[in-house]
Amino acid sequence: MTATAEKTDQTGGQDSPKAGVVPSFTVTLKISRFDPETDSEQHWETYEVTAHATDRVLDALHQIKWDQDGSLSFRRSCAHGVCGSDAMRINGKNRLACKTLIKDVNPDKPITVEPIKGLPVEKDLIVDMEPFFDAYREVMPFLITEGNEPTRERIQSQADRDRFDDTTKCILCAACTTSCPVFWNDGQYFGPAAIVNAHRFIFDSRDDGGTQRLEILNDKEGVWRCRTTFNCTDACPRGIEVTKAIQEVKRALLTSRF
Amino acid sequence: MQTHKYDVVIVGAGGAGMRAALESSTRTRTAVLTKLYPTRSHTGAAQGGMCAALANVEEDNWEWHTFDTVKGGDYLVDQDAAEIMCREAIDAVIDLEKMGLPFNRTPEGKIDQRRFGGHTRNHGEAAVRRSCFAADRTGHMILQTLYQNCVKQGVEFYNEFYVLDLLMNTGPDGVEHTAGVVAYELATGELHVFQAKSVVFATGGTGKVFKTTSNAHTLTGDGMGVAFRRGIPLEDMEFFQFHPTGLAGLGILLSEAARGEGGILRNADGERFMERYAPTIKDLAPRDIVARSMANEVREGRGAGPNKDYVLLDLTHLEPAHIDAKLPDITEFARTYLGVEPYTEPVPVYPTAHYAMGGVPTNVETEVLRNNTDIVPGLFAAGEVACVSVHGSNRLGTNSLLDINVFGRRAGIAAAEYAANAPFVDLPANPAALVEGMVETIRTRDSGERVADLRRALQETMDRNVQVFRTEASMKEALGVIDELKERYAAVVVQDKGKRYNTDLLEAVELGFLIELAEVITLGALARKESRGGHFREDYEARDDVNFMRHTMAYRAPVTDVEQGPKFADEVRLDYKPVTVTRYQPMERKY
Ligand SMILES: Cc1cc2nc3c(=O)[nH]c(=O)nc-3n(C[C@H](O)[C@H](O)[C@H](O)COP(=O)(O)OP(=O)(O)OC[C@H]3O[C@@H](n4cnc5c(N)ncnc54)[C@H](O)[C@@H]3O)c2cc1C
Ligand code: SF4
Ligand code: FES
Repeated sequence: MTATAEKTDQTGGQDSPKAGVVPSFTVTLKISRFDPETDSEQHWETYEVTAHATDRVLDALHQIKWDQDGSLSFRRSCAHGVCGSDAMRINGKNRLACKTLIKDVNPDKPITVEPIKGLPVEKDLIVDMEPFFDAYREVMPFLITEGNEPTRERIQSQADRDRFDDTTKCILCAACTTSCPVFWNDGQYFGPAAIVNAHRFIFDSRDDGGTQRLEILNDKEGVWRCRTTFNCTDACPRGIEVTKAIQEVKRALLTSRF
Repeated sequence: MQTHKYDVVIVGAGGAGMRAALESSTRTRTAVLTKLYPTRSHTGAAQGGMCAALANVEEDNWEWHTFDTVKGGDYLVDQDAAEIMCREAIDAVIDLEKMGLPFNRTPEGKIDQRRFGGHTRNHGEAAVRRSCFAADRTGHMILQTLYQNCVKQGVEFYNEFYVLDLLMNTGPDGVEHTAGVVAYELATGELHVFQAKSVVFATGGTGKVFKTTSNAHTLTGDGMGVAFRRGIPLEDMEFFQFHPTGLAGLGILLSEAARGEGGILRNADGERFMERYAPTIKDLAPRDIVARSMANEVREGRGAGPNKDYVLLDLTHLEPAHIDAKLPDITEFARTYLGVEPYTEPVPVYPTAHYAMGGVPTNVETEVLRNNTDIVPGLFAAGEVACVSVHGSNRLGTNSLLDINVFGRRAGIAAAEYAANAPFVDLPANPAALVEGMVETIRTRDSGERVADLRRALQETMDRNVQVFRTEASMKEALGVIDELKERYAAVVVQDKGKRYNTDLLEAVELGFLIELAEVITLGALARKESRGGHFREDYEARDDVNFMRHTMAYRAPVTDVEQGPKFADEVRLDYKPVTVTRYQPMERKY
């Protein structure tokens, strides 16, 4: 037995929609396609799908892949915004396809879907994530400690724990980094996500690697490239205050206090 | 085709795989093969916490934890394994803290702990605060922390490599040994043969057998399927946990914490129906009981919504500030995905397929069993893919994150130690033949049936017939559909004929595993003429310790290399394995 709340057609339209009752409508998706085996450049293709108000863009992509054109390629896994697989440019903004409801992106007009910008496109909506993860690995995103290990857990006050809470939420989706104009223009810049993950350790009271990490970020490709355009904060599906985190890292560099 | 050689190959980079890698890679040459980028693994979706009797906030000890685990599993738990898990739990949590995991803290700065379903003090006296947590993102923090430490340690990953076959060959002792695995590289479509002394399977669960599930699209039971096709048995597959509160129609999980914080389940009439099913603990009864009660309300016509096919989780009597403080993520799910504002509206919920208690059988050293007693030298398994069996017929909340850490660690150590003393076993002739046959046959077929149509038919019949309520008739109906799908699968077609990032093709391959496993689940459930934990038979409502206090072991004839790829089993043979009982004799499971 299966509940079908999100798939229920409400025909007739006399009742006001109740929780879980959603009408269906037709929506057009304009998707950037690129097959590395046959295409020399990206091109648009248009698809029509029947959607319900609670459908995500990911549902529409699945409908296309499963029922119309199996060759459409994209990454996805969890389908509820926790694994970071499916960041893409939807109507020009970076979002997770699984966390974006169709009804919220103006379905009256064709919805454009493109790969995130600034990373090499491998096929359709799939980009090469290696440069992104390289930058992440560069900032030493792990706890560095000195001295003897305690036998039990390290002691940390809840206030100290709260100090870096926001940046622990990162799912490495790359929405922030690939919305950053500096990153688009300069492939060398670490990008916001790497800085967010450095912040997560720099402000962890248990960590002794802050100085090393700050040195890395003080580099010419580091934190000073940020021009505070706030695109990253707008893009982050986890609601992380990315720009604020970058500002805090800058301040730590200037004051050596963290 | 490329060939690689490692002492240890770990398949899967979720919690279990990466915990194993941290141990193995310091000891010997190790590669981790994963179909997802490590941080995309579904361990990251876990919300509630990880239990360990740290006694940071109140008296507790690992023996009480063991008892709860055994009782929660309705006595099908192997008690030696549960004891090890609960004893090693304490170090497992401390280890994660030392690796950097940002646990919530007590006022003294220690790891904070909270209550969770089925975890009690002194053998059921009262709820105990045993779950260690990081807000409602514990799994995310575990996955990130393990990955961070893999980066620190320079663990070698092969990302987006799909392992589709296990290689075995006769060793010097005349016994079948593990020889390696065959992987399909998503980016290129190329096949890679990995020769290895030890192989660790850590491929996670198989929730996509069902339509409504909290599991990721990628949880298609690959590891179980690969092993099964090579003649390794599967244990207790009929035990699948249905979590009561999935978002209706979507299956996205709303943690038990919602009811822990005071949420109430109501039917269409607004009645708090759990008062009828579990008069004392009501909405906080064990998962299997709540899930069945909800399904019963719907079946008897008291479901809510236009199709009367869900019930309501009511949080409207709670202060919005309290909801924000304690249940931020899950209430956001309700808002985002159903457009329901939990402050003012009840949330539509329905049971969702959540966790596979069964899997590849192992002993407590994580060595994979080929039958009730003998191991497959060089093969190890840990995490949701495995069945040690610490969860018996019903897993307690928070015990899986624990399982993956304790047995993941053990698997990494055991695999490396085995490799230190063992020679490489020769690869079989044409090692990639089976996988090549499978992918090329599907990729080059010109016409036939769509993958999605078959998958829908499978998931629909499993939801309708093998979910919370099971009867002989419903399961026979499911088996009829599965039989048909086995035939239709032989004509499955993909539109993407390319080599690069051909996810169309891989979905077809994954469907093959799902069909194979659905049959094992259903056959096991049909043969188990009793109700126990997550397995409920309406035609056999009582637990039957005389005839069924034993593990199911399902076998099929191993595939032989065939040009068209593996064939489905003509026959699945069911056998049984005794349960290991050490301290606790079976009692009636009352809360
Ligand atoms: C929503 C949700 C909430 C949960 N909450 C809790 C909780 O609070 N507490 C708790 O204890 N448990 C919880 N669980 C259960 C627990 O999270 C899982 O059982 C556990 O994380 C499984 O870990 P794993 O390492 O075995 O598998 P996974 O984390 O699923 O990892 C599987 C890995 O295998 C790889 N893989 C799969 N197939 C292949 C293949 N063919 N080739 C190569 N690689 C492959 C994948 O890439 C992935 O890296 C929850 C589960 C869900 C779904
Ligand atoms: S900071 Fe936000 S947008 Fe950037 S990678 Fe992390 S989760 Fe994604
Ligand atoms: S599919 Fe996991 S974040 Fe979208």
